[in-house]
This record gives sequence, structure tokens and C-alpha cells, in this order.
Amino acid sequence: MIEIRIHGRGGQGAVIASKVLATAVFLEGRYVQSFPSFGVERRGAPVTAYTRIDDRPIRLRCQIYEPDHLIILDPTLIQAVDVTVGLKPGGWIVINSSRPAQAFALSELFRVATVDASAIAVRHRLGPVTAPIVNTAILGAFARVTGLVGIEALREAVRDVVPVKKEANVAALEEAYNEVRS
Amino acid sequence: MRKVLMGNHAVSYAVRLARADVVAAYPITPQTQIVEMLSEFCAEGSLDASFIKVESEHSAMAACIGAASAGARAFTATSSHGLLLMHEMLHWAAGARLPIVLVNVNRAVGPGWNVWTEQTDSLAQRDTGLIQIYCESNQEALDSVLQAFRLAETVRLPVMVVLDAFILSHTEEPVDVPSQEEVDAFLARYEPAWRLDPADPRAFNMLVPPEHYMELRLLIQKAMDDALHVAAEVDAEYGRHFGRSYGLVEAYRLDDAELALVTAGASSGTARVVIDELREQGVPAGLLRLRLFRPFPAEPVSHLLAGVRKVGVIDRNISFGQGGIFAAELKAALYHQPQRPQVFDFVAGLGGRDITPATVRGIVGYLLEHDAPPTGPLWWEVKA
Repeated sequence: MIEIRIHGRGGQGAVIASKVLATAVFLEGRYVQSFPSFGVERRGAPVTAYTRIDDRPIRLRCQIYEPDHLIILDPTLIQAVDVTVGLKPGGWIVINSSRPAQAFALSELFRVATVDASAIAVRHRLGPVTAPIVNTAILGAFARVTGLVGIEALREAVRDVVPVKKEANVAALEEAYNEVRS
Repeated sequence: MRKVLMGNHAVSYAVRLARADVVAAYPITPQTQIVEMLSEFCAEGSLDASFIKVESEHSAMAACIGAASAGARAFTATSSHGLLLMHEMLHWAAGARLPIVLVNVNRAVGPGWNVWTEQTDSLAQRDTGLIQIYCESNQEALDSVLQAFRLAETVRLPVMVVLDAFILSHTEEPVDVPSQEEVDAFLARYEPAWRLDPADPRAFNMLVPPEHYMELRLLIQKAMDDALHVAAEVDAEYGRHFGRSYGLVEAYRLDDAELALVTAGASSGTARVVIDELREQGVPAGLLRLRLFRPFPAEPVSHLLAGVRKVGVIDRNISFGQGGIFAAELKAALYHQPQRPQVFDFVAGLGGRDITPATVRGIVGYLLEHDAPPTGPLWWEVKA
């Protein structure tokens, strides 16, 4: 079983990201479970969302404490919360940032990749310029570095799950897939 | 068609497939996305139902009672305080023998204010005359709602289908959504034996003096007794139509078990994972999952647990001054067995405190180390 934790702020689309990821993996024929952090959400406040992936039906029904990989939608969260808590050694941390992976002083136990998902989202007019919706873009980067899911399934999942601007979201996904740096 | 759906939306799809005529709901907290999606189905015309927005959950059930009295297939959904506010009308729905289907998302009751999962809200409706079904997955939530209409309309009692807040309600997972044609073949139009109809006037819900009241109550009890085998038949027929059935209770690796866990709801899945681990280590442990709570399936429960030495009930609920509600029911069901297992009552996971594999392992560890339970429930994983 592979467990992924997504860190974002309310309004960035962390919950939808977890569902798009789960749907894409499901479309490739595997079993999935995705859920938000259980609780009450506020715009701008730190939120987490989770995705489980397995080759057989998932019976486990508790929160995720030791994820295999992380997705960070807002790099300021790295200072605000202990994002790597519980992360398994060797896990990928995919960060939305214009800075290179080496700029983040994270433990050498982990693999780090960055992509400027905010700039990509702004280019594709996803959300307001001051608060772009970066969830679809960063999934492209995540798919590229982890190899956990194919870009074709992600395209289909975005078209299925995202309610508006489907093609702009697909374009953002592809751009991040090509631009991610590690 | 298989889709990734949250538990709330799995219920919405089921209600549309059941071709509900009336959905009545209070649209604000503690309501869920169940009726939000149903209101969208009604607005877009994919569900030909009257959506009645009401000012309280008490009124939601009252509207369902009116609709069902007139012969409509009626549905509502709620949670925690909403269900508690509905309580008086639940007695009425059962007493009037109306086949309303209600979905309750299990949430803890305040204060302290809490939106997370706990079963006390639904179990507090124990004596209302509602049939109660507890689900472990989103697939089971969809399937149980379809079964619930058929069961309700056969025995003429309302049915409450229950799913855990967040752990099912907001969790997305693959769900097989059957086609309308398949569901129509399983669930025919509702044809009540009698209905509120100006063209065919009858008296309903009259004053019933002492010389008749008990007999009417006995009829409800008999309908509940019937519901035990009708629920099993409906579930089996559902299996023939859709390839999925669940039973009234489910035995998991219980055949030669000396130690059994008893669960209801989503924590059952986590318990299965631990049972598999224990079996690999050679510990003869199994699981009994309670799916039906009312009517209580005493016979299969006592039969399945007859050979077990120790039973640990994981109660995500509390009856203050007594203990876990499932444990108390289980002990009553086992009382007449000549060889009764020791029943340990673990009160765990209240107000959404996570029940993890470690929680379940700890419970099993306690069972392995103790021959007999203490007096009263074991409050599990509570801070000193």
C-alpha cells in the first residue's frame, strides 16, 4: 500500500487534488481511497488531504500517520507546520515553488522535487492571481517524479473530477509534468 | 459503472436509483452532501422528486410522514443533533407503519461541540421502531439504501441506514453504481396497501384506547421479527441481482476462533486488517461484524459466538451509567447460551478519536492477558 499526504491551505484545492489522484490511479485499475483531514476547514488555514493506493481492496479505515510521499501546495507551510512528520525514508516531497529543490533544507532521507505550480496556474488562469489554484498542476509534477500514475490517466481524471476549466487544468498538469525539477 | 465516490454521494446515487418521490431535508448543519447532491439531481431533472426544504429535522421527518402516508417513496438524511431533534417523529413514522428511508451520518453529540464520528446518535433511536443497518464501506452504503426501501416497504417499518462521519461520508473510494434498469428490476414502484387519498377517505392515526393499543404495539414487534428474515431475503436477492450481499451479521475468520472482536461500522475494516495479522502470527482470532442492530440478530450472533472463549466489543458509543450499547445487546443475546463467552466492553473512538490498527492490537492484547472482564466498560486509549 502506498500512502500520500497533501499539504495545502484552504482554497488551494488539496482535497480535489487527492480525489483527482485517486481517480487517476483507479482508472489504471488499482484500488484507492482518498479523504480530507477530518474536520472543519477555513480558507487560508493549513489543510491536509490523503490518498491511499493498493493492488487490492483497501480495508484500513483510519488516518494516515506514516505517508510514503508528500505533496506541498504552499511552500510557506514548511515553516508553519512539521510537514515531514511520519514521512518514510526515501519518500518524495513535491513542492510548489519557483526555487530549486536544493533550496529547501529538508532531511537527506527524503527526495525533493519542485515545480512553479503557482506560475503555471496563473498562466492558465486557474483561480485569482493572488491565490491561484495549483492542485492540478502539481499532480503533473508528482506523477513525473514518482511514476505512480500515468499522465494519460491524470488527464482523464482531471476532466472527470474538476468542475470548471477542464482543458486549462489539463494544460497546467502537462506543463508541470514537463517542468518539474529534482 | 464503477466510479470513485464519497459515502455521501454513494447514498445520493442510491436514492436517485430508487426513484424516491419526495426528499425532505433541513439544508444546514449538521446536514451532509447527501441532500445537496439530491437537490442538484432534482434541479437538473435527473430525479423526478419533490425536494422539500424544511425548517428543522423534526419537520423533515414530518414531511416524510405526510408524503409516505399519501403513498410516496420518501427519503431524508441527517446527522447527530438533527437526528436527535427528529426523535419524536421517528416514533410516529414507525407507529404509523410508514416505509420511510433515513440515512444518518454518525456524528458525536455536543457539548463539547464535535462533528466527528460516533454511534451514540443513531443508537439513541434504539426504541423508536426503526430498523437500523450499519455500513462498512461506501459500496455497502449504496447497496444498503436500495435494500432499505425494499425491506421498509415489505415489513412497513422505517429503516435507518447508518454510515460513519468522514471515515465513510467524506472518503472517496471505488463504488459500483448499478444501472437504472438493474435497480428497477430489483425495486418495483411502491404500492401502499392504503394511502391518504380524498377519493378514498379513511381514518389514520386515531385515538387508540387501552383496549386496542397493546395489540398495535405487538404488530410492530411482529413486523420487527419478520424484518429479521425479510432483511436476509432482501439481501440474498440483492446478491442475485447485483452480485453483492452482506448478511445480517458477518463472520470473518471466526470458524475456529477462540477470541473474537465485535464491531459495527467502518472500524470493522481496520479490525479485519489486524485479524489477518493475528492469524499470520497463529493467534486464533476472528471478527463478528454487526450490520443489523434493530431488529437485533440475536440468533446468528449467539450461534456464531458459541464456541468463542473471549469476545471484545468495540463500542464507538456510550450509554452513560451502563457502558457500550452493542456490548449490552450482545450480552443479552448470549444470556441463554449454556456456554457463554466472556464479553469485554471496550469504549473507543468517541468523538472521532481515531481507531487505528494499534488501537485494535491493544484491545486484542488486553483480551489475551485477561481471563475475565472488569465490572463496567473499559474506556480505551483515554488520557489519564
